[in-house]
Amino acid sequence: MRRLFLIAVPYLWLLALFLVPFAIVLRISFSDIALAIPPYTPTLDTSEGVWAGIRDLVSQFDFENYEFLTGDDLYWKAYLSSLQIAALSTFFTLLVGFPIAYGMARAPQEWRATLMMLIILPFWTSFLIRVYAWIGILGTEGYLNQLLLSLGLIDAALTILNTQIAVYIGIVYTYLPFMVLPIYAALERMDESLLEAAEDLGCSRTSAFWLVTVPLAKNGVIAGCFLVFIPALGEFVIPSLLGGSDTLMIGKVLWEEFFSNRDWPVASTVAVILLLILIIPIILFQRNEQRLREEEDA
Amino acid sequence: MASSADKVFAPWEDAYEQPLIRFKNVTKRFGDFTAIDDITLDIYTREFFALLGPSGCGKTTLMRMLAGFEKPTTGSTTLDNKDLANVPANRRPVNMMFQSYALFPHLSVYDNIAFGLKRSKMPKGEIPDRVEEMLRLTRLQKFAKRKPHQISGGQRQRVALARSLAKAPKLLLLDEPLGALDKKLRQDTQFELMDIQEKTGTTFVIVTHDQEEAMTVASRVAVMDAGVIVQVATPGAIYETPNSVYVADFIGDVNLMPGYAKISGSRAVITWAEGQPPIYSKTDLTAGTKCTFAIRPEKVSISEEEPGEDVNKVQGKVLDIAYLGNLSTYHVELPDGKVIKAQVANERRIANRRFTWEDPVWLSWTDTAGVVLTK
Repeated sequence: MRRLFLIAVPYLWLLALFLVPFAIVLRISFSDIALAIPPYTPTLDTSEGVWAGIRDLVSQFDFENYEFLTGDDLYWKAYLSSLQIAALSTFFTLLVGFPIAYGMARAPQEWRATLMMLIILPFWTSFLIRVYAWIGILGTEGYLNQLLLSLGLIDAALTILNTQIAVYIGIVYTYLPFMVLPIYAALERMDESLLEAAEDLGCSRTSAFWLVTVPLAKNGVIAGCFLVFIPALGEFVIPSLLGGSDTLMIGKVLWEEFFSNRDWPVASTVAVILLLILIIPIILFQRNEQRLREEEDA
Repeated sequence: MASSADKVFAPWEDAYEQPLIRFKNVTKRFGDFTAIDDITLDIYTREFFALLGPSGCGKTTLMRMLAGFEKPTTGSTTLDNKDLANVPANRRPVNMMFQSYALFPHLSVYDNIAFGLKRSKMPKGEIPDRVEEMLRLTRLQKFAKRKPHQISGGQRQRVALARSLAKAPKLLLLDEPLGALDKKLRQDTQFELMDIQEKTGTTFVIVTHDQEEAMTVASRVAVMDAGVIVQVATPGAIYETPNSVYVADFIGDVNLMPGYAKISGSRAVITWAEGQPPIYSKTDLTAGTKCTFAIRPEKVSISEEEPGEDVNKVQGKVLDIAYLGNLSTYHVELPDGKVIKAQVANERRIANRRFTWEDPVWLSWTDTAGVVLTK
């Protein structure tokens, strides 16, 4: 009984907070836009009994919105551009995050807790405020331009804000801890005598890094990449605050459909397809984690 | 092999023999701490040389200097008459077996052993044969495809050995190689190590804090203390003729009796306790001095009757008996409270033991049974 209860808790949680909202979104995606409250049709009419109502509702469902999405290339472009931005910024996050994680793992033991603190510290401030801060830094009159101008490195202010570059900077900055922490965890566990052993067996420092450190950090890198890529794909705040009208990302499109156009059915369709795209990397991520656990148990 | 069998292996006694490794006035400091203090030491080809000492005595630092992971602060190290000062670890014909084994967890047993070979000049086609040979030598053929976490501790130890021997180094360094194994397996592996050392003809330098291990495997043992080498000698010589109280006490069990020696002929007459007859012992000393008489418990005889023939005898009563199965150690208390240990092989079953607690007994030993130490 107790075991059943313990298992039931997370599943009920999942049901209430994920499956039910998703079912609602899915249901709206099969509906049509309407000038009403709620702004879609058909709605459930239970005057002739619940079952008859549901049967009547389902019979009126159609795939019109999905067809619409394939017809308008705005959506495909938004998906593709989101994938591209998410993939590239994951790559940049890796480039920045790996050396940080490596440095942390090689730092003296007594420093590591402090360094870890510094990585987590930004989470203590609201995400939104931190993104706003970047507007102040990246703007034409921003601190970055002022600094570069005063150093004489540039003659005219650079336009960074409201371009894709600003979006990349924003994503790399925001998701960096998600990359650093799993890589750090992998590197920190590594026995340093492995590098000495590699050197002893004839490796240079560089080849020891590629032959030993990188393979052992691989699982951390994979985990970090998924943890950055998955949320970055649906990112809405960063592109809308930093990216301006240039940047096409699916999160922004979704927001506009919901709140500007009040077209809930199309917005829901966009959301369902985004979820379908995300399921692939999520499954890959899960599988990687499971393989890791099995390896550790063996 | 036959020619070497009739001559005892002792290159250190041959003045014409060139040592393989030569430490010359080597000192290593870490900040204020002196880890190695002016050590001069020769190690010869085909030796199985043990560095023995308590933790922190500098034995590991000395070994890491040979591997190339530490540089001496002053002094020089040569290998085959070539100065090692500017040869990095990856260019030395030296391989090391790490205390933690340091097996690459992402590579199979086979690839671990092949790792060094792939980094060497060995032609690609010859690598599988060499790995195969190493697997055979360490009896690991069945486990070639497994990852290190899929094999036992003893097997891992053999993989580490195979990997470090694969490149046929001139010198193999072993850092506490058997520390992680349980006692029984450790004893078996000690003989296996000696066997492999003989088969491959490689010079081995082993670091250990386990004196039994050093005594079992080594051709010579260097006993270290606080960065200096106290004594270098064969296991037999270290045990029977230690040069200092430190060595006598560190290796095995010993009775130490501090006193004052007067010389009469080739014998020292040591006054060591009030109300006790002096100890007579053969010695090389030529002048009277403060000294410590050291004697191993198994060289002290124990009897009920006063022994007639032995030169040294004292009377006391049995205070404690440590029964070890094959041996028993009797702690005998003298009237003034001093305790002397005597060890006897248990030739009879325990029920027939001759002495028990509180029994009055005589302890005796000859004038050649112990040593007189002045350090």
